[in-house]
Amino acid sequence: MEPWPWYVSGALIALVMWIMLYFGKSFGFSSNLRTICTMCGADKVAPFFKFNWKEQSWNLMFLVGAGVGGYIALNFLSPENYSVAISDATISDLKDFGVLELEKTKESLGFVPASQFSWDAISDTTSLLILIAGGFMVGFGARYAGGCTSGHAISGISNLQPASLLAVVGFFIGGLAMTHFLFPLIY
Amino acid sequence: MKNLKFLLAGVFFGIIMFKSEAASWYRIQEMFRFQSIHMYGIIGLAVALGVPMVWFMKRKNAKDFSGAPIEFKPKNWSIWRYLLGGTIFGLGWALSGACPGPIVVNIGAGYGGYVVVLVSAILGTFVYGLVRKKLPH
Repeated sequence: MEPWPWYVSGALIALVMWIMLYFGKSFGFSSNLRTICTMCGADKVAPFFKFNWKEQSWNLMFLVGAGVGGYIALNFLSPENYSVAISDATISDLKDFGVLELEKTKESLGFVPASQFSWDAISDTTSLLILIAGGFMVGFGARYAGGCTSGHAISGISNLQPASLLAVVGFFIGGLAMTHFLFPLIY
Repeated sequence: MKNLKFLLAGVFFGIIMFKSEAASWYRIQEMFRFQSIHMYGIIGLAVALGVPMVWFMKRKNAKDFSGAPIEFKPKNWSIWRYLLGGTIFGLGWALSGACPGPIVVNIGAGYGGYVVVLVSAILGTFVYGLVRKKLPH
């Protein structure tokens, strides 16, 4: 199956939001990270984690489902040697500062860069530090801002919340700074 | 099992994130380099449909499947937590190429590096919980 165009995908994400509302819940993924902290005993260390995590079990099921969905999509709904069809300008940029190996072609990109995100990449110290730093900022920032892309960019803005709009402005300040100023220093 | 429907909704969401390529590190780079409409189209259309949907549900006092009214909680306004928290999140989003949902989708698809990203994201959430009283909100 070919990748889905943006106008199909965007409509389906709105459908997911509607499904969650119809199920009596709100669409927000990153609160699962807080729930997992509580399950691991963080409620004994900080009051922020004191809540009945079982009330969030529905969202943990959504999380597990998302992982299953990724497995199904790659293994049953995608061609072999699948490669993401990004623009030539992006490929050229990524090669310019060495994120992407020069011999890579549009047909051999894969879904994510294997040099950074495969199991083997963990044994490389630089790659490992990038994974740790990236994840840490996602988790810390999402909770500080009170939500991630699903909670703020989709659910919050759909509900016309100025706070969510400001959070998304923040997402882009951070993302643009990382991409244009910090990537040349890191890679 | 009453949570089965959420598992199925999650599977649907995971497939969308993968098949739309929104979970791809490459697409996030392309977005932050303004080199394709792809990601802007996805998020923009979801919001363009979401705004009238939520407006209509509020206006009609829509009920969920169990007959309970659907509530939309307003978010308290402040500057710092959204601007600073959002910026830190954005730095991590661009570096790891995935926000929380797609991190899990990538793990399901077998990209093992994202296991480290997820564990670290949980750790980041934990550290926020420890230091939140010292941060401007």
